[in-house]
Amino acid sequence: MLGNLINGISLGSIYAIIALGYTMVYGIAKMLNFAHGDVIMVGAYIAFYSISYFGMPALPALLLSIAVCTMLGIIIEKLAYKPLRNATSLAVLITAIGVSYFLQNAALLLWTSNTKVFPNIFANIGAIKIGSVQIAPVTLVTVFANIVIMLVLTLFTSKTKMGKAMRAVSEDKGAATLMGINVDRTISLTFAIGSGLAAIAGVLLCTAYPTLMPTTGAMPGIKAFTAAVFGGIGSIPGAMLGGILLGVIEIFAKAYISTQLSDAIVFAVLIIVLIVKPSGLLGRKINEKV
Amino acid sequence: MKKKLMALIMAGIMAVSALTGCGDNAGSDSAAVTGDGSGKLTGTLKLGMIGPLTGGAAIYGNAVKNGEQIAVDEINAISSDFKIEYNPQDDEHDAEKSVNAYNQLKDWGVQVIAGTVTTTPCIAVSAEANSDRVFMLTPSASSPDVVNGKDNVFQICFTDPNQGSASAQYIKDNNMATKVAVIYNNSDAYSTGIYQTFDSKAKELGLEIVSTTTFTDDTANDFSVQIADAQSNGADLLFLPMYYQPASLILQQCAASGYAPTFFGVDGMDGILTMDGFDPSLAEGVILLTPFSADATDTRTVNFVSKYNEKYGETPNQFAADGYDCPYAIYNALTKYAEANGGLDVSKLSAEQLCEILIGVFTDASFSTDGVTGNGMVWTANGEVNKAPKGMVIKNGVYVGL
Repeated sequence: MLGNLINGISLGSIYAIIALGYTMVYGIAKMLNFAHGDVIMVGAYIAFYSISYFGMPALPALLLSIAVCTMLGIIIEKLAYKPLRNATSLAVLITAIGVSYFLQNAALLLWTSNTKVFPNIFANIGAIKIGSVQIAPVTLVTVFANIVIMLVLTLFTSKTKMGKAMRAVSEDKGAATLMGINVDRTISLTFAIGSGLAAIAGVLLCTAYPTLMPTTGAMPGIKAFTAAVFGGIGSIPGAMLGGILLGVIEIFAKAYISTQLSDAIVFAVLIIVLIVKPSGLLGRKINEKV
Repeated sequence: MKKKLMALIMAGIMAVSALTGCGDNAGSDSAAVTGDGSGKLTGTLKLGMIGPLTGGAAIYGNAVKNGEQIAVDEINAISSDFKIEYNPQDDEHDAEKSVNAYNQLKDWGVQVIAGTVTTTPCIAVSAEANSDRVFMLTPSASSPDVVNGKDNVFQICFTDPNQGSASAQYIKDNNMATKVAVIYNNSDAYSTGIYQTFDSKAKELGLEIVSTTTFTDDTANDFSVQIADAQSNGADLLFLPMYYQPASLILQQCAASGYAPTFFGVDGMDGILTMDGFDPSLAEGVILLTPFSADATDTRTVNFVSKYNEKYGETPNQFAADGYDCPYAIYNALTKYAEANGGLDVSKLSAEQLCEILIGVFTDASFSTDGVTGNGMVWTANGEVNKAPKGMVIKNGVYVGL
């Protein structure tokens, strides 16, 4: 029971850290960045090559990966999303899917489809034992990283000038422009932060589950999106709560009901939550003007 | 929110277009082809091959091509009367491109096809070849759908499900375990097919399966529950009918949770050692059934492996070995026919005539052929092969024959 709970939290914390990036971009730019999962993959590849081929220690590799992903996020935003600033949300959504395929296929060309095995960056830290239950170091780091990122993002958006500008942009772009906020720069910054978070998520994802392929980010990306919706998309604490709950439900469904039905159960829970609370667990209910 | 979920669903819709060919099913004359009484095989055979020579599955296509090339060169060196003209074509592991490659081979005047390499393209091409009456011997397309309902298509490799029963038999015969656990991918036809035949054979043999758990392509990251289930039920052997990527995660997570049963894999496990960055100590002691072992010591394997190494600078994998056996099986079948019918000049024969001749020989119970992937290969009328698999164990990062 306790073992399953720990396993669920370790899986959920991975979903949560990806979901934070999703929810951050959605909350500000009001767009679903489906390429988020693939930026995670790019981040993981950068870290993989830095560590395995250039012998860098884990921390500088992580920082390099964050830097590359931040740049990548800004470039994607400039080239793919900025020209569509005034287009319908459907056009942006389809573009995001296109960017996702572009990144996957570019990775296929650059790094081939051969599976890489990600190095264990916590190899010299043993698992922590509580009674008969083991907790992997990566789980502790991921949960800790989640809490730190959640707190920093919440403080950033509520206290700093740039953060306040972001919230203003998310509420009303037109009004924000009138108040002298540079909307384009604010949205670019949002993508930069979201992509930097993706690099952290990529390194933690691949440390926990060390196979790396050009499609590695795709499925966790979709699951994390589900988690973000579950917790209330746009809500930063909601993303974390949704991620952890999704992981725990998935593991419990596997352990106590059926490994065959686990995904069906997870999504059934999601549907029930959305019927009862359409804006997600911690989502704010917004009345949209028609 | 609902609108956005709708958009997500819509984006996932894909259209599949099926190409249907219209082959002219000319009734072939049933009169047996007989030779000049010499009993010799003569002429030049136009042998085509189709496989992924570029793209994501290129590793398989090139291995088959290299293996077949070595066999063709060897056969051409045997006598000056009979030659093989060999023409490999790329299909990038795409069904439509594979049919295009097939049409190109037809224009070239192909008589027999030693392909295709991968399953999905092979299903498409074999349907065309069936209506055109072109004989096909696939080295490695292992789905039963490749041969089902097509009398002109034969396989060198095992069909997927046969691996399951062969594994159960092997475990029982060698007394490897009393309690067995299985983890399989129930979103994958390969994995599920092997599991089903393994399960029924295990029941028949009285092998006790104490834990059966599944995963899907979408949940192929976390195996903690499956591993805990196998461990708590006291399984001393874990059967893993799956490809090597999820298997590598299972090995890693078993090691992390201190569970060390005997791991037993299938041919999809082949490749685990070549993963970039994989720690081979995790795979220490993993057993897998595969028809080919590069370090076997019989003269045929030793000759093949050394030639392959010399020519291509690497150790041949199972696909290369399957490819190597393909031209030999065709050559042996034609030789047998020539001996029994007073000689055979393949230059004079159409693809249709060769097709009927080869179907006759391959389904003849007295025909069997030896190769690097098994001795005494015989075929059922359905086109599936029967041969004994070899057990291999991973020791110090290399495969060792059991």
